[in-house]
Amino acid sequence: MQLKAQLGGDEGKHVFVLKTAKGTRDYNPKQMAIREKVFSIIISCFKRHGAETIDTPVFELKETLTGKYGEDSKLIYDLKDQGGELLSLRYDLTVPFARYLALNKITNIKRYHIAKVYRRDNPAMTRGRYREFYQCDFDIAGQYDAMIPDAECLKIVYEILNELDLGDFRIKVNDRRILDGMFAVCGVPDEKFRTICSTVDKLDKMAWEDVKKEMVNEKGLSEDVADRIGEYVSMQGGQDLAERLLQDPKLSQNKQAFAGLTDMKLLFSYLELFQVTDKTSSEKVRTTETQVLVASAQKNLLEERLKLTSQLWNAGIKAEVLYKKNPKLLSQLQHCEETGIPLVAILGEQELKDGVVKLRNVASREEVDVPRADLVDEIKKRTL
Amino acid sequence: MNALGLVSMRLCAGLMGRRSAVNPPFLRFSSGMTSSQIDEEVAKLLQLKAQLGGDEGKHVFVLKTAKGTRDYNPKQMAIREKVFSIIISCFKRHGAETIDTPVFELKETLTGKYGEDSKLIYDLKDQGGELLSLRYDLTVPFARYLALNKITNIKRYHIAKVYRRDNPAMTRGRYREFYQCDFDIAGQYDAMIPDAECLKIVYEILNELDLGDFRIKVNDRRILDGMFAVCGVPDEKFRTICSTVDKLDKMAWEDVKKEMVNEKGLSEDVADRIGEYVSMQGGQDLAERLLQDPKLSQNKQAFAGLTDMKLLFSYLELFQVTDKVVFDLSLARGLDYYTGVIYEAILSQTIPASVSTPAEQNGADEAGVSVGSVAGGGRYDGLVGMFDPKGRKVPCVGVSIGIERIFSIMEQKAETSSEKVRTTETQVLVASAQKNLLEERLKLTSQLWNAGIKAEVLYKKNPKLLSQLQHCEETGIPLVAILGEQELKDGVVKLRNVASREEVDVPRADLVDEIKKRTL
Repeated sequence: MQLKAQLGGDEGKHVFVLKTAKGTRDYNPKQMAIREKVFSIIISCFKRHGAETIDTPVFELKETLTGKYGEDSKLIYDLKDQGGELLSLRYDLTVPFARYLALNKITNIKRYHIAKVYRRDNPAMTRGRYREFYQCDFDIAGQYDAMIPDAECLKIVYEILNELDLGDFRIKVNDRRILDGMFAVCGVPDEKFRTICSTVDKLDKMAWEDVKKEMVNEKGLSEDVADRIGEYVSMQGGQDLAERLLQDPKLSQNKQAFAGLTDMKLLFSYLELFQVTDKTSSEKVRTTETQVLVASAQKNLLEERLKLTSQLWNAGIKAEVLYKKNPKLLSQLQHCEETGIPLVAILGEQELKDGVVKLRNVASREEVDVPRADLVDEIKKRTL
Repeated sequence: MNALGLVSMRLCAGLMGRRSAVNPPFLRFSSGMTSSQIDEEVAKLLQLKAQLGGDEGKHVFVLKTAKGTRDYNPKQMAIREKVFSIIISCFKRHGAETIDTPVFELKETLTGKYGEDSKLIYDLKDQGGELLSLRYDLTVPFARYLALNKITNIKRYHIAKVYRRDNPAMTRGRYREFYQCDFDIAGQYDAMIPDAECLKIVYEILNELDLGDFRIKVNDRRILDGMFAVCGVPDEKFRTICSTVDKLDKMAWEDVKKEMVNEKGLSEDVADRIGEYVSMQGGQDLAERLLQDPKLSQNKQAFAGLTDMKLLFSYLELFQVTDKVVFDLSLARGLDYYTGVIYEAILSQTIPASVSTPAEQNGADEAGVSVGSVAGGGRYDGLVGMFDPKGRKVPCVGVSIGIERIFSIMEQKAETSSEKVRTTETQVLVASAQKNLLEERLKLTSQLWNAGIKAEVLYKKNPKLLSQLQHCEETGIPLVAILGEQELKDGVVKLRNVASREEVDVPRADLVDEIKKRTL
């Protein structure tokens, strides 16, 4: 009772504050059953890939965590100085992992670690965030031949998301070296790389105009540089994008970008072997249902393009054509990639003479000459 | 079709979801900081290091875990997983659910519940918010959970770590962070049936863990109190004499008597009378004999306790566990909150106190548990009521399994046994003796994963067959699937048993089934 009085008094009434600490919660049996199911699926995937597991203490020496989290350091829970070592609750599982490797002089390990971590998030700023929450990490440490472990990590994410049956998903990949190279060729000053990076990162939440505004107004980039960045960051694709960018004269001259793009190509070749490019996840969420784009590599073929497009429409085919008299083949192909059009019907002087159309599969780039009369059927067949 | 193909030029991995920014170059994530910000942070770090005790300008990084804590390496985790699996499957067999609670509670939740042990509680620093403390056991959080959710009936298990700032000088080798594994039945039921089930569960678990012979001592707080009363112990000394009697598993009677007389102020007569009772052990027969004891049977508390003890034994007979259960009047157990039956399980093969480390920390959550003890518990009817605003009582009985002690024993067993403890469950390594077969290896590995087979492949374009086989031997992978030009042409895979080195060519289509058959 004396202690209760010290802790804040209760006017002699036995008022028990019955609650969990702010930002924490109990798991009731139903939640535990769900949790067990999810862990079981995830762990069995990790085990299928030959991963071991470790565990580390909930608190580390304060100095182990000091200086590792930048601005986020103020969110670390410290333990009271009770006369011994200064301790803090772990903020993530990565720093403890690094400490574990160094302490045990381990150079190679494939490990997973599922455990709770602690962050004193300020509820005013980040409504609803828990201060105690699970992290589930998988890491491969060690010197190996390039990109194979990286590909396995992606395979694991793919398997887990499939097995958890959460619906369709996408895994976006990029490379720090490609980003840095891109910033360099666009003209971003070295010392602004990281801060421009954070701004570009907001593109998944903000429109380009606002992101550009932040880059120019807050981060001090010139409009030109921002626009150049804008051209690159709108690009999405697969292995083909990596190859295309390797042809980009400026980017390929940049050492970093070149290394990153080369590795990206390699990564995709492994991902192909790992079969993480099957139909289920390949179906891009499309906003149109266009089956074919009518295109041309040569100039002065607008008339022919319009004629063919019209014939396709009349036959009930969903077709598009760029509103440009002499578009570059590249931009026509890019349009297909961005909007998910699977086929492109390419016209050229020779094809017109021969009475054929070059029908190309956008994704695989396989091409075949199709007689004009068979084109509609061929398109229907391929876009069932 | 390259559909993993969304190479997004926009993706900046500075911060990905909840992953935090980290500085060290060997880690993947950038801190999102400029070099001037980095300089600032490094300066802060050096300043902090200087504050923390200086290192004469040298960059000496203290690479250790906090005192009293330890990492679990993969071997220890494999043992831990096996032990949990046996224990949890027993709990589930008895229809228990599980819950989880936060690692810290409001300081006031833990205040006043642990008596003298309260000084061992880890507090969190006052950083401007609520005052918090790390949980000291799983029982008080359980009581808080029941009261908070107004639950009157539940059969639950909870396996989690708890935290105690033990003073290393006094308690050599104790961990400050350690697992507790609790099973409790809360609710008003007919007498002694849930109590009996708890004992049945302890019995099953200790059997299945294969730890050798064991005994479960039982007693009752009411019998102890009644006994103290008829021996002449003053009421206000009950609890403190109880703690002294509790030391009988570690100290000889002479020393225990000395403490009672010299330190706790009992007369020699009273101490001797206690001595007569606490030397008694037996089964249901002892309970019956004591019910005939004129003094004890007149004492209300003792009578109730003895009657329930008889009833308990009759249920234990039905549960077929009486061969290992002993009614022992010297069993006292330290914690204040027990109100009825108490019990403790002890392995017959005990290890001397100087050697065993977490020995004293076995599941029991109080001081003075005997060496060799692997489980302990009892009935505590008053605890939940302390949390409920209206003081509503929820009777509880439970047991805490001494899981750290069990880990120790299993780790020792693993070391002395010839059988290797595997840290992975991989069934097959996909390998090749020839060069330029990385593609084929990756393809086959992926097919095996897709079929649910646990498979590995070396991250090397052209590994030597020997290193691939060595990897199997080191990690205990039983099979290796070897690819070669000829095998690819023939549409087969050479499946080799790593231990026996027997090889057979298996058609590609049959490989999955063949692997499953051989690694049941």
